[in-house]
Amino acid sequence: MKCDQLSIFLENRAGRLAEVTRLLSEAKVNIRALSLADTSDFGILRLIVSDFETAQKVLKDAGFTVGKTTVVAVVVDDQPGGLHTLLDMLRDASINVEYMYAFVQQSGNNAVIIFRFDRTEQAIELLSGKNIKMIPSEELCKL
Amino acid sequence: MIFDIDKETMPREELEKLQLKRLKQLCEKVYANVPFYTKKFKELGIEPKDIKSLSDLSKLPFTEKQDLRNHYPFGLFAVSRENIVRIHSSSGTTGKATVVGYTKRDIKNWADMMARSFAIAGATPADSIHNAYGYGLFTGGLGVHYGAEALGATIIPMSGGATRRQIMVIKDFGATVLCCTPSYALYLYETGKEMGIDFRELPLKTGIFGAEPWTESMRREIEDKLNIKALDIYGLSEIMGPGVAMECAEAQDGLHIMEDHFLPEIINPETGDPVEPGEVGELVITTLTKEGIPLIRYRTRDLTKLNYTPCRCGRTLARMQRVTGRSDDMLIIRGVNVFPSQIESILVETEGLSPHYLLEIHRDGNLDILTVKVEVAGNTFSDEIKNLQTLERKIQRNIKEFLGVTARIKLVEPKSIERSAGKAKRIIDLRNENQ
Repeated sequence: MKCDQLSIFLENRAGRLAEVTRLLSEAKVNIRALSLADTSDFGILRLIVSDFETAQKVLKDAGFTVGKTTVVAVVVDDQPGGLHTLLDMLRDASINVEYMYAFVQQSGNNAVIIFRFDRTEQAIELLSGKNIKMIPSEELCKL
Repeated sequence: MIFDIDKETMPREELEKLQLKRLKQLCEKVYANVPFYTKKFKELGIEPKDIKSLSDLSKLPFTEKQDLRNHYPFGLFAVSRENIVRIHSSSGTTGKATVVGYTKRDIKNWADMMARSFAIAGATPADSIHNAYGYGLFTGGLGVHYGAEALGATIIPMSGGATRRQIMVIKDFGATVLCCTPSYALYLYETGKEMGIDFRELPLKTGIFGAEPWTESMRREIEDKLNIKALDIYGLSEIMGPGVAMECAEAQDGLHIMEDHFLPEIINPETGDPVEPGEVGELVITTLTKEGIPLIRYRTRDLTKLNYTPCRCGRTLARMQRVTGRSDDMLIIRGVNVFPSQIESILVETEGLSPHYLLEIHRDGNLDILTVKVEVAGNTFSDEIKNLQTLERKIQRNIKEFLGVTARIKLVEPKSIERSAGKAKRIIDLRNENQ
């Protein structure tokens, strides 16, 4: 249930983000979900892409610092309290969320939230046990 | 192998006798032939005959880089132009260029000292020496070149630049010894990696690195990445060029100075007085045998210390410690003396960084602001902001702890700091421009 996320170190300079999207576009890699964390000097771009290996290679070849991070994609009901129920379970199990970002599936009823946990294995175990739906890597790329 | 066993293993008493004899001859010569020195001697009320022992050296005047500039281009030459067979010049990175001239014998001595240096590094006539130092007015290229030939090794006269081609040549011609700046060695490694060439698999076994200050931690990094023994060479064009001192492969602990040709001293750069034995200070060199442009007590501005204890390689020549900085490279940040090499040591020892950095100093009101830009290393990259910020704080804390100044740390993308084939540019001082 783990998913590979690309993490890219970016200096806070005009054009750096566009350089990433240009490379991915030329390599015909689609971006499924993204989040950008920023500080005054640098940012980290986190991407879920249609083709992890290709994306990693083109970015590395172009000189970017690229990391692979294991995240978990969790399906949440797109209604009030949907996320809260989930976070409650995690809190009870003392699992910490390092960061998260969400996107809404085109089909409409569910939201997908990408989580980075401090203890990924335990989180997956917990959520499986509670019948929470997670999206495997291959499926996420195809969404 | 010891190239010149007599001179390199001479008992100290005998060596000092030789040095004194040569020092006396030198004083006679410059007093008679170089008006600049005649005048200096007279101002100090001394004559060549006043030099009776090596300790009388401190009576002699210093020569500064500025003196060479003031006599640009040939004003300090001690022989007529017809006896000069070659001219070299410094890069002029810190001001107007300085020009030096060599007689036939100077060139021969230089080649011999460079050949000694190769042997000190463990090279033999069976080696192939890839020379990536620039050929031209800069002494690095030709100095290494003729030394390799004097040793009887195979020289590959590549010169600087064209990095990808350098790597093809290193690989295809099977170089066993690499001569370049330490930062360029790392650049070659990185570029090789991009080309799919692993330096660890090449026959390269020794690197002779000089022309810019580097650190022990950078040495370890180069040795690990290239799978070679990395050795430090010292030289400066005003004195001769590369080969003034060379670190031996056996001890890797200081550079043997060619003391039969060069008389070293360590002084306090502020007062000009000799420091206590073994203390760090500015290296001052008197050229004992040079004919073209002999210099008395030349202030190198390089900071080091001398070690006269016997070396396990068998040489009796004194060893100078790796140059830890330049007295004119010294940055004064909010009243604190800071040497770029000190910051470099801290950066190289911090995990998650590459050894490529740039120091920027600007003034905000009356306050000096030091910004350290350093590249993150790709292989240990963390994607969590807090980890990168922790890394920044850790560098900042270490710099504060070791140097006493607060620096702003800015992590930058790999390869965003300019690489250079020559001396790496480490400092941008914007303080004067803002005023």
